[in-house]
Amino acid sequence: MRIELNGQHKELDGPATVAQLLLTLGLERAPCAVEVNARLVRKALHQTHALAEGDRVEVVTLVGGG
Amino acid sequence: MLEAANARYLMTTHQPTINARTAPVSPALPPLRIGSFTLNSRLVVGTGKYRDYATMQAAIEASGADCVTVAVRRERLVDAEGRSILDFLPLERLTILPNTAGCFTADDAVRVSRLGREILEQLGNPGAGWVKLEVLGDRTTLLPDPVGTLEACKELVKDGFTVLCYSSDDPIIAARLRDAGAASVMPAGSPIGSGRGIANPAAIRMVIDRLKLAEQGGSAEYPVIVDAGVGTASDIVHAMELGADGVLLNTGIAHAQDPVRMAHAMRLALDAGWHTARAGRIPRKLYANASSPWEGVITHIPGE
Repeated sequence: MRIELNGQHKELDGPATVAQLLLTLGLERAPCAVEVNARLVRKALHQTHALAEGDRVEVVTLVGGG
Repeated sequence: MLEAANARYLMTTHQPTINARTAPVSPALPPLRIGSFTLNSRLVVGTGKYRDYATMQAAIEASGADCVTVAVRRERLVDAEGRSILDFLPLERLTILPNTAGCFTADDAVRVSRLGREILEQLGNPGAGWVKLEVLGDRTTLLPDPVGTLEACKELVKDGFTVLCYSSDDPIIAARLRDAGAASVMPAGSPIGSGRGIANPAAIRMVIDRLKLAEQGGSAEYPVIVDAGVGTASDIVHAMELGADGVLLNTGIAHAQDPVRMAHAMRLALDAGWHTARAGRIPRKLYANASSPWEGVITHIPGE
């Protein structure tokens, strides 16, 4: 399954939830937030939100800024 | 007099007594209240552009700030082992203020605000409840887009955020943002990162008067924070003399040759400006006014 992850194409082995994607990325414990198709998917829903072909996924965190 | 702020809104907060015997130890200023948030320091500092995290940490400490602003950006997926800024911020004593820097539309600013809140909720930081809203016009000026800012402010207030609005130094849009529910309006002294200080003191003064003077529909308690453009400590003194409740800056500290010393100077400047605004400066005059008495002079005075 192909998705767009942080602006890059990414091939997933099979169906995946947001939680499984974060596990693949090694970010399951990182403080981050996830958007799918420009809508926030809250942490409580990561286990149940299934990704679909062509989804645009953003995984963001906090960085230095002013 | 343009430079002196209006005493009516300056005298409403508790005035710490100056004890000449303990000077130069400055008495603690009253806390800054923004919506339901209370800050002990009226200086809010950014966390960007530091040469390394250790310098950032030391500069935040030296600034005395208990609130710092951060940005929301993509995870760097190629370098997941990379260190996070969160490991270098004392989250137990800092309130994190997430910002929407880099947003050029109201929709994007609302998205980014929600993402920031999501992360701060996971961290259990009180900063989850608020946002520094920036909707910018273009990359060259980084000046606020007033229409987009107003639109995003309304949406975020509806969504339960305490919204601190980065704004241009215009009293009309400032009042519109306040009316839309902004908990604080933060006029720009000059463009972000420009170091030009308070480019238009008259405009900043009008923003402050509009938001704080009862006869202009304002309230003395309404917090106005000058945000952006601070290049040096005297810019902070100037902002506070104009009647600001606080100052937010980043580059002026982060890009100074000695950021930690500059952070210390900024902290002192905020105190200096706060007290100056309430001490009642002398009026400006064209000609001199001798400090030593004329009576008893033994000299020849030209023209007499």
